[in-house]
Amino acid sequence: MKGLNGAFSNNNKANPAESVIASGGSPVKYVIIGNSAAAIGAVEGIRQIDRQGEITVITNEPHHTYSRPLISYLLLGKVTEENMRYRGDGFYTENNCTLMSGAAVAEIDAGKKQVVLADGARVPYDKLLVATGSSAFVPTFEGLDTVESRHTFMSLDDARGLSKALDKSKRVLIIGAGLIGLKCAEGILERVSHVTVLDLAPRILSSILDEDGARLVQSHLEGKSMEFKLSCNIKCFEKNTAVLEDGERIAFDLLVLAVGVRPNTALLKGIAEIGRGVVINEKSETTAADIYAAGDCTQTLDASSGQSRIMALLPNAYMQGECAGINMAGGGKGFNKAIPMNAIGFFGLHIITAGNYNGDVHTVKGDGNCKRLYYSDNRLNGYILIGNVEKAGIYTSLIRERTPLDTVDFALICEKPGLMAFTQEDRMLKLGGVAR
Amino acid sequence: MAINFLYPDYEVARNYDRCIACRACERQCANEVHEYLSDSGKMVCDDAKCVNCHRCVSLCPTRALKIVKSGNTYKENTNWSGKTINELYRQADSGGVLLSSMGNPEEFPVYFDKILLNASQVTNPSIDPLREPMETKIFLGAKPQDIERGRGGEIKNNLPPHLALSMPVMFSAMSYGSISYNAHESLARAAEELGILYNTGEGGLHEDFYRYGKNTIVQVASGRFGVHPDYLNSGAAIEIKIGQGAKPGIGGHLPGAKIVGDVSRTRMVPEGSDAISPAPHHDIYSIEDLRQLVYSLKEATDYKKPVIVKIAAVHNVAAIASGIARSGADIIAIDGFRGGTGAAPTRIRDHVGIPIELALAATDQRLRDEGIRDRVSIIVGGSIRSSADIVKAVALGADCVYIATAALLALGCHLCRSCHSGKCNWGIATQVPELVKRLNPEIGYRRLVNLMTAWQHEIKEMMGGMGINSIESLKGNRLMLRGVGLNEKELDILGIKHAGE
Amino acid sequence: MKRVYVNEKWCLGCHLCEYYCAFAGTNEKDMARALRDIKINPKISIEENGGVSFAVSCRHCEEPLCVKSCITGALTVSDGVIKIDRNQCIGCYTCILICPYGAISTSGDGAVQKCELCVKTAAGTPACVKGCPNGAIVFEERG
Repeated sequence: MKGLNGAFSNNNKANPAESVIASGGSPVKYVIIGNSAAAIGAVEGIRQIDRQGEITVITNEPHHTYSRPLISYLLLGKVTEENMRYRGDGFYTENNCTLMSGAAVAEIDAGKKQVVLADGARVPYDKLLVATGSSAFVPTFEGLDTVESRHTFMSLDDARGLSKALDKSKRVLIIGAGLIGLKCAEGILERVSHVTVLDLAPRILSSILDEDGARLVQSHLEGKSMEFKLSCNIKCFEKNTAVLEDGERIAFDLLVLAVGVRPNTALLKGIAEIGRGVVINEKSETTAADIYAAGDCTQTLDASSGQSRIMALLPNAYMQGECAGINMAGGGKGFNKAIPMNAIGFFGLHIITAGNYNGDVHTVKGDGNCKRLYYSDNRLNGYILIGNVEKAGIYTSLIRERTPLDTVDFALICEKPGLMAFTQEDRMLKLGGVAR
Repeated sequence: MAINFLYPDYEVARNYDRCIACRACERQCANEVHEYLSDSGKMVCDDAKCVNCHRCVSLCPTRALKIVKSGNTYKENTNWSGKTINELYRQADSGGVLLSSMGNPEEFPVYFDKILLNASQVTNPSIDPLREPMETKIFLGAKPQDIERGRGGEIKNNLPPHLALSMPVMFSAMSYGSISYNAHESLARAAEELGILYNTGEGGLHEDFYRYGKNTIVQVASGRFGVHPDYLNSGAAIEIKIGQGAKPGIGGHLPGAKIVGDVSRTRMVPEGSDAISPAPHHDIYSIEDLRQLVYSLKEATDYKKPVIVKIAAVHNVAAIASGIARSGADIIAIDGFRGGTGAAPTRIRDHVGIPIELALAATDQRLRDEGIRDRVSIIVGGSIRSSADIVKAVALGADCVYIATAALLALGCHLCRSCHSGKCNWGIATQVPELVKRLNPEIGYRRLVNLMTAWQHEIKEMMGGMGINSIESLKGNRLMLRGVGLNEKELDILGIKHAGE
Repeated sequence: MKRVYVNEKWCLGCHLCEYYCAFAGTNEKDMARALRDIKINPKISIEENGGVSFAVSCRHCEEPLCVKSCITGALTVSDGVIKIDRNQCIGCYTCILICPYGAISTSGDGAVQKCELCVKTAAGTPACVKGCPNGAIVFEERG
């Protein structure tokens, strides 16, 4: 089905013979807690360097690795569970990994270098990667336990459960107008009678869009018959009714909680430094020896702002994981270009955002498209693209590479993203393969 | 204008079943003939601007275009042809001298096409060029008259400087300014790879091309553009240009618009001013003056380089050549009336000068009669179009030929004859950077090398067929030629018999 | 590995590479029939401004950001060539977000598209290379 994604390609700079050998010369034991993008990245990273080491992947979900963002497409009917698989059927055997699925981890015994499973079994490690991701945050609403049909929307099992509950007569209330809440809404809109999305914030997608942009997207979704209740505070739930602070009552048949996520850092409490997420450096190392972390459970340097924060995106998760794997195997890779970024679409309207929104702003609007570029101190800090998202990567690279804006034709790149805005010498490098 | 006497001669015929509106024709026409109409999604043309250069035709990926005669017809008139009438209208409109580019297109006899070659049968058998050695190598220069011996009886080397060429062809003079930098680079690189020479023309030598010096002939023309000691010493030979086949008797004119940047520097003419070459060299009014210039140039280059004198083929060309042979020049180049040019007055180009075949035969014969044929080598040009023309020219008495139009055709020229507009769509006869870009020397020089290699093979085939294995044996070998459809006088001047004799 | 390289010194901005790319993608025999009355969406595209023009297509990077970012695993590398499984792609555009060359583009059916060095088309060797009239696009190994 899918290729090995370079798992066996030897294009990493480290000498493959120099894999880390544990005492006694036996193969290194790599243990990975997690089975999503970061974990897979780590497996592929390790195998770029060390083909002998033993890899054990421990996951509390009973599934082959799958792409979590695809759960809404599953509800939409755009993918089957078969093609939700993030890697081919033979991935674990081809990469010589042992998959322990459906196995919850109770604790990490850092002293003995062992992972302790919920059933008491102990798995020894030489190098450990914690790629536990995040979980849906369930706020303590009064009366929440009286709700009959209550769902979160994070995992494949969540999606299966929700799917079973859907039918054309149901009214669905989704709490949370963020990325997850809206993707869920898109997924189920055609399969239910009505969808209402509710949020405390005054605008949808408040984590990635400004007012203007949010309004554009909201009217597009309202055009598809989605209903929004914004700036709404929930007082309590009374069985299948939500009661708002201002007294309004909203009846529903199904409730989906998509208020936010929390990183799963509990396993490293008392072992490694944890801020909002597990603190890692650019080598994906935690503060604990031989323990690495990657993905949604971590916080690391945001290259666009210089601040340390959680950046829960699949691309970042994969790259942090790959970096962790390479370094666990003795290579010396650093990944210091993580920035917040999102590519998301709803019923044909696409949104791409990256970085942060500080500084001066350049806006281009028209034809249902909206572009905002944020810059200060001769650097591009972030951007928002709605509608026409062609060549967004050009802007992304300016942020990731911290390109000084006076080395490109800024006026041109604001108007039209493209390599034309770079100097001829830069293009010789980029397109001509000429070494500097 | 309100009343337009001149209907376009050519129309662009577009097959709309094949046109995919890719707009390559629109993007590539320097004359803005094609236009894309966005509301209908169709391509349209303004035929009046078309110069028939075929750029669009050659690039069209679906072969949807061709150029056809417009068919606007005057009443038939043998004396007043449509072309003659139109030229008169243009002069009545403008009051100006008609200017044309490239060579004489009028209906005068092409003698090469009336000469046939021999082949061996039975006796003096053919030589197979694939199996036996065949020599196309030649040497150009004066031959010593006597053997000189030193005190001890050893033979002294009194050979004047010679040029060695791998085949009897060289690229003729085309100045930097009339053609582009990329065209010069293509010619220089091809000459180097082939082991022949190319000629700078009267535009001087660009500093980037000094590295091809040993394959370069530097020209000294009447305007003396770009002439300085380094220039003279950089080439393998020096050519004094007295005349040019396309415009005998007059000088040259490169408009100020083309004298920009590198062209201006290389010519040593200020930007924007016209570069006018006077008709005569103002220091040559007699053969003795010519001799003086020849020897000045030899002095300046330490007698290391042969000097070529280039003249146009006019009525008494043989006598002029005889004088030149006695002037100390090593090589005479004769340019026939079909020769090309960047721009010349139409009437001079079309009605002045004589065919190179006759000029060559007459000159060769005269020098032999006077016993001075070996004092000089003879190069001829002025429409050498194929390897057959080369073989015939050598048999008529030439040591070597010059080609120019043929070389430009190899580079992409389609003989649309609009060079004087400066908007050559093929990047050859233009200085506009966007157009010059279209001639990639990597491709250009490769095509020149291909053409010359092909011609060299054909020359060997034809020579082998005649039972000859070197150019030396073909030179002046009039017995290998027969005329067909020529009268007594023509046969007499050419020095050949009629076919059947 | 051989890649497509563009020398902007010789690019004339004639856009023929785009049309040959589009034609190669149709797997038809006659270009006129394949592309008449169609708005093309080629995988190589010309950028032009002032007198400068050049073509941009997938660089088949040795460290491909798009492959690492793809949420479905539709983008994969085989023998150095980066390919898209269009049945696996769900059109999230994360690759468009990350590609620093702007070499990935949208297509009519929701999935993304990019140059795959003509390994799948009827052309065999890259059509843009064969179709460039001025030798501005070459197919060779560098560094």
